[in-house]
Amino acid sequence: MKPIALTVNGKSVEASVQPRTHLADFLREHLRLTGTNLGCEHGVCGACTLMIDGAPARSCITFAVACEGADVRTIEGFDEDPLMDALREAFSAEHALQCGYCTPGMLMSARDIVTRLPAADEARVREELAGNLCRCTGYVGIVRAILSVLEQYRGARLS
Amino acid sequence: MKAPRFDYERPTTLESALELLGGNRDARVLAGGQSLGPLLNFRMTQPDLLVDISGLSELAETRDEGDAVVLGARVTHSAIEDGRVPDPSRGFLARIARGIAYRAVRNRGTLGGSLAHADPAADWVTVMALLDASLIVRGASGERRLPAASFVTGPLTTRLRTGELIVGLRIPKLSSQARTGYFKFNRKPGEFADAIGAVIDDPQRGVRRAVIGATEGAPFVIPDAAELLRSGSEAPISRAVTSAGFHAGTYEHRVHCAAIKRAVARLQ
Repeated sequence: MKPIALTVNGKSVEASVQPRTHLADFLREHLRLTGTNLGCEHGVCGACTLMIDGAPARSCITFAVACEGADVRTIEGFDEDPLMDALREAFSAEHALQCGYCTPGMLMSARDIVTRLPAADEARVREELAGNLCRCTGYVGIVRAILSVLEQYRGARLS
Repeated sequence: MKAPRFDYERPTTLESALELLGGNRDARVLAGGQSLGPLLNFRMTQPDLLVDISGLSELAETRDEGDAVVLGARVTHSAIEDGRVPDPSRGFLARIARGIAYRAVRNRGTLGGSLAHADPAADWVTVMALLDASLIVRGASGERRLPAASFVTGPLTTRLRTGELIVGLRIPKLSSQARTGYFKFNRKPGEFADAIGAVIDDPQRGVRRAVIGATEGAPFVIPDAAELLRSGSEAPISRAVTSAGFHAGTYEHRVHCAAIKRAVARLQ
């Protein structure tokens, strides 16, 4: 077991972990933050995507022990975030989720697209979403939701 | 699946990292973990010890050496994509970086890690061979430099010796007239490629190279690709792909021919 100290959703966390425990299991099993979902567990499906030091990362192939000093933000950490609120609303309005399993990871990537690529068009949004698999809604609603928030965001930045 | 048990150390000096890697235990270097993580989760590799090099700040450094740029091994794909590190390639490296896996992977995956892992389909394996970069490698007995063009010897196999660590890459600067072209076949953005074609035409430096990438082993370098670049026509491309070990008429031959042809057409 190894001691780690990190920040999760703004709170300091100290724990002792086995090196083999990945970040998603640490969050779900140790901290009971079950908003981060696990799909493929090899970095392909994107369900476990969260923010580490402000940038999206796969929590299934990031070991908790390697997150010493990191600032981790899960979907639960975005409750008061106006941009995530706008994305949630747009996902709901555009029917961008059905079973919801991919949604926490989708929202992480969506937020990254909006903040990093404010000029993104539909083709770019689709390219950027290649790392988040959805197996039930079929992406049309997801892409539409993100595009609508991009438009709001661009408007807000201009005003 | 879950990774098997292993020990973990995060040294803060290069010397202690090399000591851990050169010890008696079966040790693996952990950089961004974007290839090693999946291999561990699949239990395809079961090391005794992971040596996390994220504490080695000198491996994240970059420097300009006049005719080349040195990028530390820990530079991430997204740092290259975003232009946060010096660029010897007039935008080529950033274009390549954008096509590697997915942004969440690029944020943690590193240049050195990708080369050390040596998946034949990895973009940097092909691109660094094309640009004639060299790897700066440190071991207990000191530093040596290895040409990227012959670094990968087979699938997941390199010329790194046990206990050695990639510390950086020295990438020659392209001249102002240089043009580069790249094409990879994959079914969706970010997937492992079936074939990669990479070409460079830099008359000022007398460099006209092509690389057939995403082979079943080492990238196939064509050091004098003048004919192939000039015409972009079928015959010289087909001959080159045959020399790389692909039999005419097979899917592999066709897809590699098409990748090179499209790379030539995309020279910019």
